[in-house]
Amino acid sequence: MTPLFVLTPRPFVSPLRRVLTPVCALAAALAIGGVIVALLGRSPAAAFRVFLVEPLTDPWAAQEVLLKATPLVLIATGLLFCFRASRWNIGAEGQFLVGGLCGGGIAILTHGMTGAWILPAMMLAGACGGLAYAALPALLRVRFGISEILTSLMLVYVADLLLDYLVRGPWRDPKGFNFPQSVAFSDAALLHPLLEGGRLHAGMILALAAALAAALVFRRTLFGFAIAASGEAPRAANFAGFNEGRITILVFLISGALAGLAGVIEVAGQVGQLRPGFGQGLGFTAIIVAFLGRLSPLGAVLAALVIAVLLIGAESAQVSLKLPLDLARFFMGLLLICILLGESLERYRIRFRRAEKERPA
Amino acid sequence: MVRISTRLAAFALALGLSGAAGAQEKLKVGFIYVGPVGDFGWSYQHDQGRKAIEAAFPGKVETSFIESVPEADSERAIEQLARTGHKLIFTTSFGYMEPTLKVAKKYPNVMFEHATGYKRDRNVATYSAKFHEGRYIIGKIAGRMTKTNTIGYVGAVPIPEVIAGINAFYLGAKSVNPDVKIKITWVNEWFNPGKESDAAKALMDQGADIITQHTDSPAPLQQAAARGKFAFGQASDMTRFAEKHILTSIIDDWAPYYVERTRAVLEGKWQSQDVFDGLAKGKVKMGPYVNMPDDVKRLAEETEKAIIAGTADPFLCPVVAQDGRTIECKGGNRLSDEQVVGMNYFVQGIEGTIPK
Amino acid sequence: MTETLPLILATILTAATPLMIAALGEHVVERAGVINLGVEGMMIVGAASGFAVAVLADSSPLGLLAGLLAGLGLAVAFGLAVVVFATNQVATGLALTILGLGLAGLVGQGFVGQPRAAMAPLAIPLLAEIPVVGPALFTGDPVFFLSLGLVALVAFVLSRTRLGLLLRAAGENQDSAHALGLPVMRLRFAAILFGGAMAGLAGAYLSLIYTRFWSPGMSAGRGWIALALVVFAGGKVWRLVFGAYLFGGITVAQLHAQAGAIGLPSQLLSALPYVMTIAALLALSLGGRKGQGAAGSLGQPFVPER
Repeated sequence: MTPLFVLTPRPFVSPLRRVLTPVCALAAALAIGGVIVALLGRSPAAAFRVFLVEPLTDPWAAQEVLLKATPLVLIATGLLFCFRASRWNIGAEGQFLVGGLCGGGIAILTHGMTGAWILPAMMLAGACGGLAYAALPALLRVRFGISEILTSLMLVYVADLLLDYLVRGPWRDPKGFNFPQSVAFSDAALLHPLLEGGRLHAGMILALAAALAAALVFRRTLFGFAIAASGEAPRAANFAGFNEGRITILVFLISGALAGLAGVIEVAGQVGQLRPGFGQGLGFTAIIVAFLGRLSPLGAVLAALVIAVLLIGAESAQVSLKLPLDLARFFMGLLLICILLGESLERYRIRFRRAEKERPA
Repeated sequence: MVRISTRLAAFALALGLSGAAGAQEKLKVGFIYVGPVGDFGWSYQHDQGRKAIEAAFPGKVETSFIESVPEADSERAIEQLARTGHKLIFTTSFGYMEPTLKVAKKYPNVMFEHATGYKRDRNVATYSAKFHEGRYIIGKIAGRMTKTNTIGYVGAVPIPEVIAGINAFYLGAKSVNPDVKIKITWVNEWFNPGKESDAAKALMDQGADIITQHTDSPAPLQQAAARGKFAFGQASDMTRFAEKHILTSIIDDWAPYYVERTRAVLEGKWQSQDVFDGLAKGKVKMGPYVNMPDDVKRLAEETEKAIIAGTADPFLCPVVAQDGRTIECKGGNRLSDEQVVGMNYFVQGIEGTIPK
Repeated sequence: MTETLPLILATILTAATPLMIAALGEHVVERAGVINLGVEGMMIVGAASGFAVAVLADSSPLGLLAGLLAGLGLAVAFGLAVVVFATNQVATGLALTILGLGLAGLVGQGFVGQPRAAMAPLAIPLLAEIPVVGPALFTGDPVFFLSLGLVALVAFVLSRTRLGLLLRAAGENQDSAHALGLPVMRLRFAAILFGGAMAGLAGAYLSLIYTRFWSPGMSAGRGWIALALVVFAGGKVWRLVFGAYLFGGITVAQLHAQAGAIGLPSQLLSALPYVMTIAALLALSLGGRKGQGAAGSLGQPFVPER
């Protein structure tokens, strides 16, 4: 039994194909999703509008999309360094939490104070916190050969419990009726909205700057080349003079720092205090953002926007169409798989096998 | 002054509604849930309340909900409801407090109701339920039913509501059985059936012959039944999960409150308030008292009646904390509501420390 | 103590069994050179479908089978994407988890709040009579015994049979395996199907044996722990079993420590299973047992040259 068809790499991918494949993937997912929505007795056209059009055309929703995408872009940009080097940092969520904790700690210490230095100090503390927390799995891998996949993931749970401990104990708001939360940050420790009446803050600019910087590093610097080389063939990279251990540690530090920074931006921009569960799984979502963006910084920005649109569309769909969240999740998974399939078909050509018996060479 | 402005706002709203009487514009009521509606616990019970609104005002209201909204990212979801014409919005978890207040400032003509919080505004009311009243009753039942004098308590997370529940339970048990001991395990999650069931098993292995829980799933009850031990239901009547081993359930019933507040908006009488009530107003209900001797059943029923009548209360003074200090009595002959809402100490006789 | 010890052991075994089954499946997948991050999604769909069928057919064994098949079904989709169409494995797996969480909610919608009776425990004749160990190890739910059989089977097939050799060859170096004429794609597809079936079975174990009801989110991250256990195993099945029982054991032990009121913060105790897993791996590594690490071609899409 030979397979029905084989894939062969396309020597050249035309720009038209590049544009058309994601569009076709979207169309395929919409067709399947539309059938399901119709089966549930709702209008597929309305679902399409609520899910994918309104989050982009309605100014309020568009701002919310950018806001939601901000931490995803930052974390995913950091993860690109790891993933390009084939280092598997699965624990960005933990680094995000520890970053938020360190930055939030500064906000709590300086509570009631004013000064333009407070916010930068928080960001620095957050980046350092995330960096230090990412250093753990990196060092354990380099020194003891322990898989970073396991350690980084396990440390997420530890960070979650550490946050829980702090906001119930030492950092609890003394006037908060003993609820698990810190004081609400002072004005100087908050990232304020850019536009009146909206919620979008300067974090988006930082996130875009980080993505741009990453793009430059990957394209223009020796370090960027070393990361790619190390990811492709670690041993060969070693021969070429790039130290494997050093690259492991560096990519983890960068990734941790950006996740930590995202954590501070989230607590200073959105939440305004420390409380359990401010991670919301963003660190995990960012993994899919990184891969969906094909490990490129620009791709990550686009992918983060796609995910944000879907998340916000899912909320609107619950309100205006009374569609269950589970259906939105199902559709989101389906759409992502369609996009990934499309990406494959862009890179490879399908060649159907005839009756001929081919033996692998 | 604040009152008057609230009334005016509500009045204006009512006018707006009746003005559109020809088109019969429906009042839109929105809900934000912290869990999935299918959790069969906290969010499920709130959703039952939402359905009760639809049933109570056929043709006059339209309800929507957004489920599984993370507390840290709830502002957008709440605003989503406010900007799509919902005039009454229930945010049903403590963590929605600050986001609710923020959105309420932006939408002064929308009425908000925040569950279990303590910050209000002219268009933000708060409401909560005295679940500890029910826990006092089941404490008495457990105190009488235990043979090993050891009762296991599966706690979710150490917030004041859970602490007050543990205290009320223990005081109830001790009032009928001075030798009773309770053992507590924290799952550190509200909902993780597997871990909840492991916690219940660990407690039974340490000698507990009655299990009670302040987590969301029926898992501890089921595990107790599997070993022939007795337990209680949580949030809804869980009889069907352990018909022979359930003693009773503490039921959250938000329906009467939700219907009342919706009616208030429809009639233009809504105003900001803080409501903290329990058995007397039916927000907390007890399931049937079963699988127990008649005298225990009578004790439970009498306690329930006395609490409703106001003559009994879990926290009648003097209340003595674990460290021996007597708590100041701020509510007449009992602790005040504020003292209960912010409770962060165990009462004397409970072993163990509150996780900090 | 002799009375409670078997009970405690039984608690640990129940906590560890779903982790072990799911991890065992993913272990085979990763040996074949594929990483499937969709374990959590396949598990929760297994839990929902298993429970739904068990209720509809009023049969828990049928439910277990349905859970297994549901996991298998999702694995078919995953296999088509990553093996046949060579999509990115990490991203496809994560997408599968999102899809699975949604699908499980839809499947389980009508079954919220329904109870299910326990399955009768199996007792191995004679062995179950041994004091302490007997009641704990030789009396239990049928799936626990099945899981032990599966462990033995997987260990045997991977290390002692031609199929295992081929599978590992496909995982270790896909290009040379292909050059040698091995059906790399078919081997991988088969491994993925096995992994999906195991994840689905583990899910059905949650909703039919561990806690007998359906509720969305009831897998509560166990799929991720299973993935971590595969890494912990470092290519060796015995380490996978050790890891699963260690994790389950510490989870249960920390609950006992809490009930015993030893005065440590519960968050610290709750963190122990995670910290101790890292510590155990560190100890194994310091003791010179590094494990084999991941398969050489893990995560790389395979597109034959011709």
